[in-house]
Amino acid sequence: MNAFVRQAVSVNITPPVTTAATRETAAPAEMRMTISKVNFWYGAKQTLFDINLGIATSKVTALIGPSGCGKSTLLRTLDRMHETVRHSRLEGVILLDGKNILDQDVTQLRRRVGMVFQRPNPFPKSIFENVAYGLRINGSKLPMADAVEKSLRHAALWDEVKDHLHKSAYELSGGQQQRLCIARALAVEPEVLLLDEPCSALDPISTAKIEELLVQLKDLCTIVTVTHNMQQAARISDFTAFLLNGQVIEFSPTPHLFTKPTDPRTEAYITGRFG
Amino acid sequence: MNPRLRWRKFVSNFMLTMTGLCAVVAVSVLFFILGYLVYYGGTSINWNFFTKLPAPVGETGGGMANAIVGSAKLLALATLFGVPIGFLGAIYLAEFSGSKVAFVVRYAADLLNGAPSIVIGIFAFSIAVHPFKQFSTLAGGFALGIMMVPITLRSTEQFLLAVPRTLREGAMALGASKWKTIATVIVPAAYRGILTAILLAFARVAGETAPLLFTALGNRYWSRGWTEPTASLPVMIYNYGLSPYEDWHRQAWAAGLVLLALILITNIVARAILSRGISVPR
Repeated sequence: MNAFVRQAVSVNITPPVTTAATRETAAPAEMRMTISKVNFWYGAKQTLFDINLGIATSKVTALIGPSGCGKSTLLRTLDRMHETVRHSRLEGVILLDGKNILDQDVTQLRRRVGMVFQRPNPFPKSIFENVAYGLRINGSKLPMADAVEKSLRHAALWDEVKDHLHKSAYELSGGQQQRLCIARALAVEPEVLLLDEPCSALDPISTAKIEELLVQLKDLCTIVTVTHNMQQAARISDFTAFLLNGQVIEFSPTPHLFTKPTDPRTEAYITGRFG
Repeated sequence: MNPRLRWRKFVSNFMLTMTGLCAVVAVSVLFFILGYLVYYGGTSINWNFFTKLPAPVGETGGGMANAIVGSAKLLALATLFGVPIGFLGAIYLAEFSGSKVAFVVRYAADLLNGAPSIVIGIFAFSIAVHPFKQFSTLAGGFALGIMMVPITLRSTEQFLLAVPRTLREGAMALGASKWKTIATVIVPAAYRGILTAILLAFARVAGETAPLLFTALGNRYWSRGWTEPTASLPVMIYNYGLSPYEDWHRQAWAAGLVLLALILITNIVARAILSRGISVPR
C-alpha cells in the first residue's frame, strides 16, 4: 500500500463502495466526476447496466475486468466518445464538477476531459505541431513554444525530443509516441485524463515509464485508466473498479480490492481463476 | 527427384514465365507508344511549333501555339470546375453520408465514369453550347470538368476512408469539431493520395478529344476569349491526323509528344510537392 493511498483512506474520501449490495456514493465535493445509473446500448445490445461510480479528484481510478466487460465503453462515455459510434444509446447521468456532461457542448467537454488511446495515434505532423494541435484548434493565445515545452515536460518527454521538435512524430518509438499523445492531451490542461489501456501496445520499459508518469500526473489532473493488467492497476491506482458483464461488481480503494475483495467474483478474477 | 516434385517444379516455372511475360508485354506496349511518339514527334518538333499559329492550308510550316495555350486553358477550367465538386463530394460521402446515400452516389459516379466521352460531349453541347448559339472555351472546360468529377470523387473517397479511425478519435478527443477534424487531420493525412487522384483525373481528360469536338470546337487562330472557340492539342491531332498532308501528319506527332510532356511535367511538379510533409506510415 503506498503512502498516498493510506493517507487517502485515512482521511476517508469515502471509498465509494458500490458493491452490488451497498450503493452509497461519496460526498460530491471530493468527486471530480459522478456516474449514476448509467445504462448503455450498442444497437439492441445492452453493454452497461446501472453503473454508479465516483471519480475522486486528483486520484488515479482504474477500471479492470475481463475483455468485453464494458470497461472501455464506460471510459468512453466519460468524454462522450461513444457518440462517434452509430446506434449507440446512453441513459443516466454523468456529472463533471456537478454538471451533467450530457447537456453540455461536446467539444467544450472534450477540452476538459482528455483521452489517450490504446495505440499511440500521433497526427501526421511534427512533434511540436502534435502537442500544439489542441491549443491551435481552441484558438489559444498562449505563447505556443512555452505551452508545448510545458506539456512535453509533464509527459517526461522533453529531454528526449527537445532537439528535434520539428521532426515527424512517427520517428519516435512506440513508447515515446504514447507519451507524445499524453503531452498532446495535457496541452489543453484537462481536468480529467482518460486512458484506454495506454500500455497494451508497449514494451515493459515504456510501460514502466508511463506508469511512473501517471502517478506523477495526479497533481495535475484526475486520472481514469482502463487496464487489463491487474498488477498495473495495483501499482498505480488509488481506487479500482472491477467490472463484469457490464456491471460494476466491486469498487473500493485499490489495496482493499486486491487484498480483501468482498465479492467472490472479484476474488476469482484477481486470483486468476478467469479472465 | 520423384516425378511429382518434378511436375510441381515444372508448373511453378511455367507459371512464373507466363506471368513475367505478360508483365513485360504490358510494359512494352507503353514503351512502344512512347518510343514511337518520341521518334516521330521529336523529329518534327521545332521552335516554330511552340510559337507560330497553324500555317494556311496548302503551305508547310507553322506551329500550334494556339492549341498549346488552348489546351492549358481548357485543363485549368476543367480542374477548377471538376476537382472542387469531386473533392467536396468525396468528403461528404466518406465522412457524413449514410450508407444508402453513399451507395447511390458511388454507383452514379461509377456509371458516369464509364459513360462514353462522346456522350459527355453531346450533353455539354446541349447545356453549354446550344442555348448560347456559341462554341466556347468555357463549354470545353465544362465538358472536361464533368469527366473529372467521378474520377476525383471515387479515388478521393477511397483515400479518406483509408485514414485510420484512431486519428479521427485523437482529434475529436481534443475537442475538435467534426469539420475541424476533417480539415486539420483527415485531409492532411490523405493529401498525397488525393493529389494523386487529381493528377490521374487530369491526365485522363488531357487527351480527351470527343467532348471538345462539340464544345471548344477548334480554331486555326488565337482564341479571342473564354466565350470563343479555341484550338486544343487533341482536336488538332485528330484533324491533322485525318488530313492528306505529310507535313500535318508530322505536326500531329509533335502535338502528341507535347501533350504527353505537358502531362508528365504536371505529374513531376505535383510529385515534387508531394514528397514534402509527413505521411502516415502504413
